Amino acid sequence: MKTIFTLMLTAILTDNIVLSKFMGICPFLGVSKKLSSSLGMGAAVIFVMACATVVTYPVYALILEPNNLTYLRTVAFILIIALFVQLVEIILKKIMPPLYNALGVYLPLITTNCAVLGVTLQNIDNGFSFGISVLNSVFVGMAFTLALILFSGVRSRIENADIPDTFKGVPSTLIAASIVSVSFMAFSGMQIG
Amino acid sequence: MSNFKEFTKGLIKENPNLIGLLGMCPTLAVTNQAKNGLGMGLATTFVLVCSNLIISLLKNAIPKSVKLPCYIVIIAGFVTLVEFILHGYVPSLYESLGTFLSLITVNCIILGRAEMFASKNKVIPSICDGLGMGLGFTLSLFLIASVREILGAGQWMGMTISDKIEPMSIFVMSPGGFFVLGCIIALVNKIAKRRPPEKIGCAGCPNAAVCGQKGECAE
Repeated sequence: MKTIFTLMLTAILTDNIVLSKFMGICPFLGVSKKLSSSLGMGAAVIFVMACATVVTYPVYALILEPNNLTYLRTVAFILIIALFVQLVEIILKKIMPPLYNALGVYLPLITTNCAVLGVTLQNIDNGFSFGISVLNSVFVGMAFTLALILFSGVRSRIENADIPDTFKGVPSTLIAASIVSVSFMAFSGMQIG
Repeated sequence: MSNFKEFTKGLIKENPNLIGLLGMCPTLAVTNQAKNGLGMGLATTFVLVCSNLIISLLKNAIPKSVKLPCYIVIIAGFVTLVEFILHGYVPSLYESLGTFLSLITVNCIILGRAEMFASKNKVIPSICDGLGMGLGFTLSLFLIASVREILGAGQWMGMTISDKIEPMSIFVMSPGGFFVLGCIIALVNKIAKRRPPEKIGCAGCPNAAVCGQKGECAE
């Protein structure tokens, strides 16, 4: 129980995937303009990350590792994730149209989100067991969502601010992200566990 | 002559990183040291040139409906190759780039060039385009990494610059990455006298083909 709590705090606060590991910056800058789209994207990412781990971990442990093919993991994982996302899209469309309407637009964008591939690779690198890997993916997805939600609040303020012309748009967004990142750095002094 | 133009456009005028705003994740993550930025840039260039070459050769063989998985597998194959090469010859760089070496696979620059250029053009222009875009990316990574290393560690390419000035270590940490990148993009806009991009629109987004240009992400 204690390790799970530690894992959660580490994933969400000290090692936040967006603000300190720099994965998934594209959706972080692109989708975080409105709270509703941040929530939609976040939910889709949590879902896909957890499912991608459930699918890729057995492939790695049962197929690649026994056959000494671990160097193929990048190819195998990205292919599985790409196929899986398409599959999820088709199934959701048929079975749960309301959920599809809520997440639909964000699902295909996730295939090329480096955070998803990054998490599955890091679970393997850290030597996590299957259960811990899945939990870690959910926590990392939550961290991504938290960063997106926090930042959508910051951005809605920037929209109305009077910024010098050269800094309008992406530069000011990046500098705001830098300040949000400073606040997350404060957690790194925390002694966990 | 036109091939030369395909090559030079990626260096400055259509720099994928500072003007196109693509490939942000590695730009922020590996630019804490100039040599890491350089290594990452060159590794990406290699993958970009090879994948552009193969995709432009196969452009008529790949069915439209499965082009994305096809591109990704080709790119991932070359990324695995680069991982082997770096692991064998430059293990220190392999260690410091870590997961981000594997993540070249999902770098939007490579997928973007495959989608927008290599799948529509002949082999030689595609190679020139890949080389130019790759070197443009390398150049921008090297620039950002140099600024961060000089300000944050007081060093450049591992050489100490001055002992008298206390380095501001925040620049090599994560907030410094966002800050320096923001300032450099603003500077490029100032020099180029162009209005800064309001958003990463569908035109510049390699995912546009996947989401059917619904444009929701930019809202």
